[in-house]
Amino acid sequence: MNRIDARFGDLRRRGRCALIPYVTAGYPGPDATVPVMHAAVEAGADLLEVGMPFSDVMADGPVIQEACARALEQGTGLQEVLAMVAEFRRSDAATPVVLMGYANPIERRGVARFCEEAAAAGVDGLLIVDVPADEAAEMRAELARHDLHQIFLVAPTTTDARLKRAAALAGGFLYYVSIKGVTGASTLDTASLAPAVERIRNAAGVPIAVGFGIRTPEHAATAAESADAVVIGSALVERLGKTDSPAAAVDAAREYLAPVREAMDNNASSKRDAVSA
Amino acid sequence: MAETAEKTAIPTQLPDAGGHFGVFGGRFVSETLMAALEELEAAWRKYLADDAFVARLDSDLAHFVGRPSPLYLAENLTRKVGGAQIVLKREDLNHTGAHKINNTVGQALLAQAMGKQRVIAETGAGQHGVATATVAARLGMKCVVYMGSEDVRRQSVNVFRMKLLGAEVISVEAGSKTLKDALNEAMRDWVTNVDDTFYVLGTVAGPHPYPAMVRDFNAVVGREARQQVQEEYGRLPNALVACVGGGSNAIGLFHPFIGDDEVAMYGVEAAGHGLSGHEHAASLCAGRIGVLHGSRTYLLDDDAGQIIDTHSVSAGLDYPGVGPEHAWLKDSGRAAYVGIDDEEALAAFHELTRSEGIMPALESAHAVAYGMKLAAGRSKDEIVLVNLSGRGDKDINTVAELEGMTL
Ligand SMILES: Cc1ncc(COP(=O)(O)O)c(C=O)c1O
Repeated sequence: MNRIDARFGDLRRRGRCALIPYVTAGYPGPDATVPVMHAAVEAGADLLEVGMPFSDVMADGPVIQEACARALEQGTGLQEVLAMVAEFRRSDAATPVVLMGYANPIERRGVARFCEEAAAAGVDGLLIVDVPADEAAEMRAELARHDLHQIFLVAPTTTDARLKRAAALAGGFLYYVSIKGVTGASTLDTASLAPAVERIRNAAGVPIAVGFGIRTPEHAATAAESADAVVIGSALVERLGKTDSPAAAVDAAREYLAPVREAMDNNASSKRDAVSA
Repeated sequence: MAETAEKTAIPTQLPDAGGHFGVFGGRFVSETLMAALEELEAAWRKYLADDAFVARLDSDLAHFVGRPSPLYLAENLTRKVGGAQIVLKREDLNHTGAHKINNTVGQALLAQAMGKQRVIAETGAGQHGVATATVAARLGMKCVVYMGSEDVRRQSVNVFRMKLLGAEVISVEAGSKTLKDALNEAMRDWVTNVDDTFYVLGTVAGPHPYPAMVRDFNAVVGREARQQVQEEYGRLPNALVACVGGGSNAIGLFHPFIGDDEVAMYGVEAAGHGLSGHEHAASLCAGRIGVLHGSRTYLLDDDAGQIIDTHSVSAGLDYPGVGPEHAWLKDSGRAAYVGIDDEEALAAFHELTRSEGIMPALESAHAVAYGMKLAAGRSKDEIVLVNLSGRGDKDINTVAELEGMTL
């Protein structure tokens, strides 16, 4: 069974909302990524999203743009990203890893070859930002061959027809982009979250993650009320960017993620108390 | 238009409903942009079939842009070259000095019809930015233009022109600080402000419907040329020549001729310092198939699939991708794509200026250079029709600098 499905099954039984931190591979340096991944798991991450650096990250804001540029300067390409996942897997066989990136580097390596290598490295899912459901057919067969899930985005502007199509193709989970904008924007409208998640839930049989504008423990706690998973990217990457050693990056990840996890759990338990009372 | 559509049965039916030209094109963008693209596509289809809209567009093209632009027989140049007659399509005579205005007039009217109050654009040389700022000024819209900081430095005169027209110019520091990064930034703005903002993309690249829509707005060039050459010379030309950055002036000229099998078509890319190295911008001549800026097309990248920095003496050709319809025309063999390097383009810039009193844009000078090569050795009865996509006023600082002068 794909680790993503196993993990969400387990979380559902425990009534726990997943925390999914995003890190750009190779940022702030190539040695930081694997230790930060482990630290994130220790701080309460249930799945991990690892960004594959690309030169033209059209859907990302300044923080992830900068992270990609610095990672590329230091030589982190697809091959290096896969090596990092393989290294992580040596001491963590359970935590699902989703790679997030753009189509061109994957096509250059060859979709079939990349999928084979990704599966061998221990990757569980792929979110290719610029391959929406409309253009996904070609990759689909290769991904399926290696039991890799294809994760799709749903936006506030996604029409019912498009939502239906994404839901039909989705593997693992659907990723709801909680803002109109690029990653890291600070315009999260927490009030609109629950109805949006509800709409997706009515259309889809897979878990729903929320991300793009989540920056604070409060945002995460609110999102956890309706979603099955909360993704935190730019806010974490920004903190990692201020560190100058793998050890400092590990500390920064722990310090940032632990309160987020706590806020999500407190909210869930107060909700459970409210329900049982 | 109906007449040419009939004649050119297969190619003009492209793109398909998903925006594909064969394997090229499509919509390789984040889901966050999909609704906006679908809304735009619906509006484009609706208004291009709306007589009142088309009448307004035609009227603006006539009275604001100054269309039709003439054909001009470059007799002195023809004599010097000693071959086929070189005929220029004078897009340099348009308002704001290039073909870019054909597209911005169309898209701005579309924005207005859709009720969008704010237009944004990317620009390299600044020509498309100026053309967008111009129509925004006329229609009373707020205008924001994204421009790589390297281009802001290279094209300071156009930056000032845009500001005079009331546009805000945002200098983009990311990546290579040129056109591709400006395009990324404009897309980011659009995703964030889709409700009130219309993205006026400046060439036939990007996600569907831009390649088809920008082509349709520029196809007036080819429709006019096809009619003019028949009226004035009694026949179709033997060859068409146009420079290719993203490919809008070239596709505008080519498209109405696609069904005319006897008319050869040559797209001229910037070979920069030479196609053998990396310092050029010739994605069709020297690139490979990949995904950039929302479509599958030929592009310039490294072996890891990262988009690489390009080089051309002309900022308007300095782009690592190309419109997907050109990729399709190349692979289908209907059009040929060639390179002209910086030196050849500069020589043609001087040649046309001195022999005809017409100073071409450095982009257009690439087409002129190849047109001269093509005409040489051909019979005097043949016609080589070159799209003079823009005038060279914007480039005099660049040319002066290259020749060691400061103005
Ligand atoms: C005069 C002129 N010609 C050509 C181009 C290249 O664009 P395209 O290939 O879309 O025609 C530009 C772009 O700025 C331009 O200003």
